[in-house]
Amino acid sequence: MIFMQQLINGIALGSVYALIALGYTMVYGIVQLINFAHGDIYMIGAFAAYYAANMFNLSFVPTLLAAMVVCALLGMTIERLAYRPIRKAPKITALITAIGISLLLENLVRIIIGPNPKSFPGLLTSKMVTIGNLEIDSLKLVTLGVSIGLMILLTFIVHNTKVGKAMRAVSQDKDAARLMGIDIDRIISYTFGIGSALAAVGGVLVGVLYQRIDPLMGIMPGLKAFTAAVLGGIGVIPGAMAGGVLMGIAESLTKGFISTKFSDAIAFSILIIILLFRPSGLLGKKSSEKV
Amino acid sequence: MKKKLLSLLTSIIVVAFVLTSCGTKQTSNNSGTTSSSDKEGDEIKIGAVIPITGDISTFGKSTKNGIELAVEQVNSAGGINGKKIKLIVQDDENKPEQGVAVLQRLINNDKVVGVIGSVSSKVSIPMAAVATQNKIPLISGASTNPKFTSEKGNEYAFRACFIDPFQGTVIAKFATENLKAKTAAVLYDVGNDYTVGLAEYFKAAFEKSGGKVTAYESYNNGETDFSAQLTNIKKNPPDVIVLTDYYQNVGLIAKQARQLGLKSVFLGGDGWDSPDLVKIGGTAVEGGYFCNHYSKDDTSPEVVKFINDYKAKYNEVPDALAALGYDAANMMFEAIKKAGSTDGEKIAEALKKIDLKAVTGEIKLDENRNPIKPAVMLKIENGKQVFVGKVNP
Amino acid sequence: MSEKYKYLIILVASVIVYSIIQLLIYFGILNDYYVQIIIFIGINIILAVSLNLVLGITGQFSLGHAGFMSVGGYLSAIISIKLGLPFPIALIIGGIGAAIIGLVIGFPILRLKGDYLGITTLGFGEIIRVIFVNIDYVGGARGLMAIPKKTTFTATYIATIITVLVIVNIIRSTHGRALKAVREDEIAAQSMGIDISKYKLTAFVIASFFAGIAGGLYAHFLMYINPQSFGFLKSIDIVMMVVIGGMGNLFGSIIAATGITTILELLRELQDYRMIIFPIILILTMLYKPSGLLGSRDLSISRLYNKITRIFMKGGKVKDEIANS
Repeated sequence: MIFMQQLINGIALGSVYALIALGYTMVYGIVQLINFAHGDIYMIGAFAAYYAANMFNLSFVPTLLAAMVVCALLGMTIERLAYRPIRKAPKITALITAIGISLLLENLVRIIIGPNPKSFPGLLTSKMVTIGNLEIDSLKLVTLGVSIGLMILLTFIVHNTKVGKAMRAVSQDKDAARLMGIDIDRIISYTFGIGSALAAVGGVLVGVLYQRIDPLMGIMPGLKAFTAAVLGGIGVIPGAMAGGVLMGIAESLTKGFISTKFSDAIAFSILIIILLFRPSGLLGKKSSEKV
Repeated sequence: MKKKLLSLLTSIIVVAFVLTSCGTKQTSNNSGTTSSSDKEGDEIKIGAVIPITGDISTFGKSTKNGIELAVEQVNSAGGINGKKIKLIVQDDENKPEQGVAVLQRLINNDKVVGVIGSVSSKVSIPMAAVATQNKIPLISGASTNPKFTSEKGNEYAFRACFIDPFQGTVIAKFATENLKAKTAAVLYDVGNDYTVGLAEYFKAAFEKSGGKVTAYESYNNGETDFSAQLTNIKKNPPDVIVLTDYYQNVGLIAKQARQLGLKSVFLGGDGWDSPDLVKIGGTAVEGGYFCNHYSKDDTSPEVVKFINDYKAKYNEVPDALAALGYDAANMMFEAIKKAGSTDGEKIAEALKKIDLKAVTGEIKLDENRNPIKPAVMLKIENGKQVFVGKVNP
Repeated sequence: MSEKYKYLIILVASVIVYSIIQLLIYFGILNDYYVQIIIFIGINIILAVSLNLVLGITGQFSLGHAGFMSVGGYLSAIISIKLGLPFPIALIIGGIGAAIIGLVIGFPILRLKGDYLGITTLGFGEIIRVIFVNIDYVGGARGLMAIPKKTTFTATYIATIITVLVIVNIIRSTHGRALKAVREDEIAAQSMGIDISKYKLTAFVIASFFAGIAGGLYAHFLMYINPQSFGFLKSIDIVMMVVIGGMGNLFGSIIAATGITTILELLRELQDYRMIIFPIILILTMLYKPSGLLGSRDLSISRLYNKITRIFMKGGKVKDEIANS
């Protein structure tokens, strides 16, 4: 019974990781950039929702949309100003730029809003749902539902729409895509917009779930989500979901049955072991080596 | 080819180090001019090392507010011995090496006569040795780790707060005597020296007085989901749950525990003290008790005046960190006044004999330069902190 | 010019620079604060140069350098405290400890590629940190105290010079060429008969060794270490120095480690806005110099040499430029 309860705890926790990992993977899949600032965009999303809800008394859905718009615009702006000029540079250059953006966002928020944590408005009411002997917070079910829904939506966008087709073309070969008449800049901009909007969803849901937001809230979830995305096979949308949930379950079961002190170490050990057997992540495609 | 390159290395090293010394020389010019002009002026320079950025910047901000309030008050009252206080604040990012770096800078370049800081013990401890070598008194407001002052070679380190073993004992005593608790669960942040220390001291004291610790659980910095640990605690619901962390996490944990149906009483340390605890924890922290340095309901003139002045200046209620920063600054001023000198050695001597009516109680120091002062237990009732009792050392 | 002669020049030059700084210290022009910055610069140079061997020269993405630094720091500190062995021995044992951990970790994971390798090394760095947090013998989260103060300017200077010399020599040797071949094209390198896993592992182990030395210097300077000082953010700081200087460019790493450490000190005047200005500088540097301040290839050393020879020998023939390009 306890095992089942811990398993459910893990799935719920993992769906939060998955939600952030989806945005990570989305951007990575198209431009092969580890957007280190993703966790901070998630934080901005939470703060945008905080102000939207408090200043305009919006309810959950409009708040969420407002945060998504803010983050999408922010993500596209960052891409335009900081990532586009160095698209041709080595990948690691973009990584350092992303780290710079991350530091900048954290400290700007700290200066403008102050370092103290803010209490997020209770936009949704939480209830404990009992299934048999198991208890789960209804908000966690919402989070899980939203992440699965978004995963399906994203997969649909990428595979069945014109934009999605263009995205896949860009991810495979930018030059060939350009020759086919695809506006690469616009597609990459869209990708950042969508990825950042996803981060906003994560931020708002975590805000609703835990009701505490602060300028540094993006660092650890960002790292965990990045790990989850790699675990699932970075660039693969269902992989982010699988990686996130697996990370959550591993963490929860470790805390429940092995040791809370070593939970992070064990979560990373699992990641490493899985990568040793599947070097491109759980659902990742084996990259073909050109000779 | 190889030979040429090797000889090139030489020039590289030369250039690198020339650049190094150029860079540093520039700084010396910049600050050198300011320090020489002010040195013999009518100012007393006091340094403050505070985590303005980094993971605990919220405590840095409170501490800074407290210190700045104290400085403002002493200056508007005419300064010390006719000299105004000039406060120089430096950021340590809550990193030990940064703390030591800025302390050296304050001592060597700014020529401060005393330093206040830092907040977390991991930064304060290495600073204590540097301060002692330079014979500059260092007063930390909130570093509760005993080693900060007790370690050999830290003789110029002082503090305004009580230490963790005392706090842990107070909480344990309160749990067994006042709450009649037989069982307790402890939940702490494994990566934070403060929460680990307090958890250990509580556990030891609680077990010594016959209690049983049913669960001793931890989490990592930055976690927001505690359901796994709380599920473990729920296996044998304890009488009390001790949360040794700061208010941000305490609020979260309390909420999640209540959601899981845990009915135990929450207990904690001075990290709880913030008006934001209730904002984050809501009704979940109702009925919880924590140990603190002072009570806001205290009617003593020092406390009333401090709270009013603080509210007037910053438009918010001070937390424990603000009060301790304020007290640490006042300890420094009082000692300089008593010593009648800005000589580090004399200030340190005066500090050892200090007897100051401060916000967090009357401060007198023991042989390890730790204050001997009572702690108070507070209860959260209707979202307010209510005074429960005073516990003497 | 003979080999010995070259080494003599290096020796003399190092001694001269050393003496200049010592004199400045002696006359009080460089006070403790500046000496401390120089020591931090030295430690950062060791970290950046050693990481560059893995990241820039061999092309392996490592995000766990701080983990090896912590192994060296803790091990050398324990040896100093418990056994009281002389400082250089403690440092070297710390370095060897870090190298062994590097070997154990590197052996299985170095076959991973790119970002997968990056996240794995990051994971190992975090695992090492969590292990230290849980070892009561070294103080756990409360940190290890009362480490004797042994790190002086002299010690750091010598360690830095040795690190740079050793790594430059490796890069200049046939091993170095093999490492670069691995970076450029693993399959081609393998078909040329280069044992790629062996070379990757060697580079990784050597880098870990020097990270351990840096950790030892750090521990014996602060007299106190705490697992939190070696988190993944520290690893990222080191990566930042390598990339800013230019991947694969040792001189660049030295300049970047020096520059970043100095700039962060100079920016202290800005107080609250320091951590806003610094990332902006970082981003702008990357935008205007995408491959680092001094470019991504090691050629700049030869270019500098050629420039110097041009000045001194009045237009002496420049052969290296062709030879190296």
